[in-house]
Amino acid sequence: MRRQSPLRLLLPALLFMLAGCGEVPLNSPYPAAERTANTLYAAFAARPKHLDPAIAYSSNEYVFLHQVYEPPLQYHYLRRPYTLVPLTATALPTVTLLDAGGRALPPGTDPARAVTSVYELRIRPGIRYAPHPAFARDAQGRLRYHRLDAATLADIDALGDFPAQDSRELTAADFAYQIKRLASPRVQSPIRSLLRTHLAGFGELAEALAEASSDTDGWLDLRPFELSGVQTPDRYTLRIHLNDVYPQFEYWLAMPFFAPLPWEADRFYSQPGLIEKNITLDWYPVGTGPYMLTVNDPNRRMVLERNPLFRGEPYPSDGEPTDAAAGLLADAGKSMPFIDRAVFSLERESIPVWTKFLQGYYDRSPVGQDSFDQVVNLGAGGELALTDAMRERGMRLSSSVATSVYYTGFNMLDDTVGGYSAERRALRQAIAIAIDQEESIAIFQNGLGVAMQGPLPPGIFGYRDGHVGMNRQVYRWVDGQPQRLGIDRARALMRAAGYPNGRSAAGAPLVLYFDTMASGPDAKSYLDWLRKQFAKLGVQLVVRSTDYNRFQDKMRRGLAQIYQWGWNADYPDPENFLFLFYGPHGKVKHGGENASNYHNAEFDRLFERMRILPNNAERQRLIDRMVALIHRDAPWAAGFHPQQVVLDHGWNGNLKPNDMANNTLKYQRLDPQLRAQQRWAWNRPQWTPVLIALGLLALACVPGWRLWRRRQRAGALAAGSGRP
Amino acid sequence: MTAYLLRRLLYAVPILIGVNLLTFALFFMVNSPDDMARLHLGDKHVTTEAIDSWKRARGYDRPLFYAPQEHGLSRLTETLFFQKSARLLVFDFGRADDGRDIGRDIRQRMGPSLAIAVPSLLLGLLVNITLALGMVFVRGSRLEHTGVFVAVLAMSISTLFYIIGAQYLLAKLLRLAPVSGWLDGLAGLKFLILPLLVGVLSGLGSGMRWYRLLFLEEAGKDYVRTARAKGLPEGRVLGRHVLRNAAIPILTGVVAVLPLLFMGSLLTESFFAIPGLGSYTIDAIQSQDFSIVRAMVFLGAVLYLLGLLLTDVSYTLADPRVRLQ
Repeated sequence: MRRQSPLRLLLPALLFMLAGCGEVPLNSPYPAAERTANTLYAAFAARPKHLDPAIAYSSNEYVFLHQVYEPPLQYHYLRRPYTLVPLTATALPTVTLLDAGGRALPPGTDPARAVTSVYELRIRPGIRYAPHPAFARDAQGRLRYHRLDAATLADIDALGDFPAQDSRELTAADFAYQIKRLASPRVQSPIRSLLRTHLAGFGELAEALAEASSDTDGWLDLRPFELSGVQTPDRYTLRIHLNDVYPQFEYWLAMPFFAPLPWEADRFYSQPGLIEKNITLDWYPVGTGPYMLTVNDPNRRMVLERNPLFRGEPYPSDGEPTDAAAGLLADAGKSMPFIDRAVFSLERESIPVWTKFLQGYYDRSPVGQDSFDQVVNLGAGGELALTDAMRERGMRLSSSVATSVYYTGFNMLDDTVGGYSAERRALRQAIAIAIDQEESIAIFQNGLGVAMQGPLPPGIFGYRDGHVGMNRQVYRWVDGQPQRLGIDRARALMRAAGYPNGRSAAGAPLVLYFDTMASGPDAKSYLDWLRKQFAKLGVQLVVRSTDYNRFQDKMRRGLAQIYQWGWNADYPDPENFLFLFYGPHGKVKHGGENASNYHNAEFDRLFERMRILPNNAERQRLIDRMVALIHRDAPWAAGFHPQQVVLDHGWNGNLKPNDMANNTLKYQRLDPQLRAQQRWAWNRPQWTPVLIALGLLALACVPGWRLWRRRQRAGALAAGSGRP
Repeated sequence: MTAYLLRRLLYAVPILIGVNLLTFALFFMVNSPDDMARLHLGDKHVTTEAIDSWKRARGYDRPLFYAPQEHGLSRLTETLFFQKSARLLVFDFGRADDGRDIGRDIRQRMGPSLAIAVPSLLLGLLVNITLALGMVFVRGSRLEHTGVFVAVLAMSISTLFYIIGAQYLLAKLLRLAPVSGWLDGLAGLKFLILPLLVGVLSGLGSGMRWYRLLFLEEAGKDYVRTARAKGLPEGRVLGRHVLRNAAIPILTGVVAVLPLLFMGSLLTESFFAIPGLGSYTIDAIQSQDFSIVRAMVFLGAVLYLLGLLLTDVSYTLADPRVRLQ
């Protein structure tokens, strides 16, 4: 047999490598085995701080948490306006209003007559937790990993190192256990104060737990502690008693705070040996959802995998009228989830994320400021369209107005801009006219945003579109759209305010102060623009840039004069926006979210009535009046509702922007074959330029080589002097 | 030498206490425990009770330096400074504000940092020395002047430019390596390509110039002239005599930076998504996690002192005339 030379063996391997191993590009960041896997790839910029459902409250935490934990309710994926539907519950809760004597009021009674309320939920039988070592039992039926010794712990570095896992059925008691955790001083839930106000017996439980917690360092079994406001009359029934009438409580039932937590998991994770190894409930969630977190390395990547015990949930079969045409109902009734695995990689910088998205290595990407022109053509009417380059790649663009508001507000306690006199109102209204919010959106937001007419964003009950919803203090209706009032009107208001041409009666210029966290070169252009807006009125604006901590401190102490802030809705209810003006929520006096410290007795009275009403004509009327008061008093000068734009590859399916639902992974669909083909087509290695560059380098070495030869032959003196 | 080493180690203790004190004072001048609590608890529904509870759970409810309500030594030990910083002296890093064991995190993240830093150092050394020797070899020629010009140019360019340029050229246009990422084991080798290239290229300008100066200084000495007079080819003179005698400053320079390799690179790790200690520090600063910041500053100070000590020791190894007393 003829011997093969090593070169003949190496050459095909080298060629294979150079060609990009079997249609896996060289620049692929994923293992070759995952080429056609049904896996979604996404990036995250900031590691989640908490994954304990009692603590987590940030959107970057909810991305993971909502796929694992299942509260009783969820938002319908397709319907708009946002609608609650059952998740682990069999139906929406039955709400009973009670009078002062604890007697149930008949349905349809005016909620103002009620004093307390009861929510009753029926939990769906047969739901099982994802496999977890906390449920594993030994031959004698004892929980196997609840008393871990040093020998067992020696082999454990991550949750996956436990050889045995098990599951059990979800019961109503697990919801009760989690609600009790919200009262525990060890957990420090952010909604503790909220529940102390609304949930019966919560304050008493918090005090009892504080006492018990100080007596023991180990696991605190919450089951024996009584919480009068939460009862589980049978295995599947959960009854929650509120101290008041709080219709917004239903929305809280769609948040992970109210997701079930088995006591076994709480006990398992409380073992000191596991805590020392960073294996905690805050790091390794255990839920009933469609996915389970199998890799949690937030320094690098987080991996969600299909929960093998997930019951299967049918894809929605109804939505908005346009959904069917958009192909969003093609999977109606099919069992979810559709994707087997989701890999989230940590990427701190936006440039690598965008590059990898264009290469097909990430499935979705928000469109940032840097890449906007590359992606979007903005029409004359503000309509968004993809550029040809992106369309040729089969990409799709989706946008939605967020249920958020970013605003410039006045501190109503301030001596210069605050107060409720006609002069102060005139001053604020003049500034509201002068700040050209539309121009700001066009320049600084790439046109992506809706100028605020009132605090409610589109899609929230109470929002009024068109002429009816227009802020008449700032706009007039011209040719079917609102047009900002002229600067002459603002100057007239300045005269009425006692500052003609921006000067006081004594002739001193009016100097106002703007407190902001924005600083650095990126913010400078905006701040310069803002100064110019005030200069239209002859007002000098002094920008006081500060860090996050100092800014918060100024706001708490009422030291800011004009400021900028934002609000993301917790739930799609007008109460969650209008409470930003409710007097008892004033930031300085009460530490609440009313950052402008606005206080208007009529507004407060209307708010108290509005918040207990269902979405009906009376509620709309009250909201209209409240918004009119805000227009008149102008505690906010300007603001906008941001528009989010997301770019998808053609292999993604069932994608519809949903600003309220976070458990959207289960609805999504992928075509991994198409993705693999596209990735290969877009990422074939380019060797020709490399070979040309190497050739040029070799040519450039020739003079050096000749010099080398000459110097090698040169005598001692010539070499020492450096002469050739 | 043992006495010298012991003395240096003892000197290190007050320095480390001073570093700790300074870090502590600077951090708490900017952030009060209340600020830290607010940042961790978020913007919504934060009550005074929640802030107090957060501080109590993490020991931030103690006074900073002196506890007048305590008795005896406890007035000093029941303070935030003592509780949070004194344990560092025995390398007990404690827990981060999110409850995680910092020592464990550091051990986990050291690997990726070293995987980038060590090859970058070695490869950079090899390339810099080779090119610097080449420039000395062609000294006085246009080639050398071009080399110096390129070196100055390379020094003037920010590392960020190298990073973005390498990602654009090699990952995006030529498609030869991943833009960023990390995998364990051999599968992760491809992720080293760009960071290594950037590590070598970004240090090329300053390295070439520094080593060229060292070699030029040696090349002008009498023993080199003697070697040439004996008829040795120039390449051999530089490779065997000049390089060997310039090894002392090279060696001591390298030894000084060796311990700091553990600390990782803030910029490179951030752009290439490398889960090392550099990105760990950045995360901690952004989230105002004092426990991690002080641990990393302390570790940096210890490694720096160790580097200086190793440099002294390396002098004695490289030059037998040097004695440490």
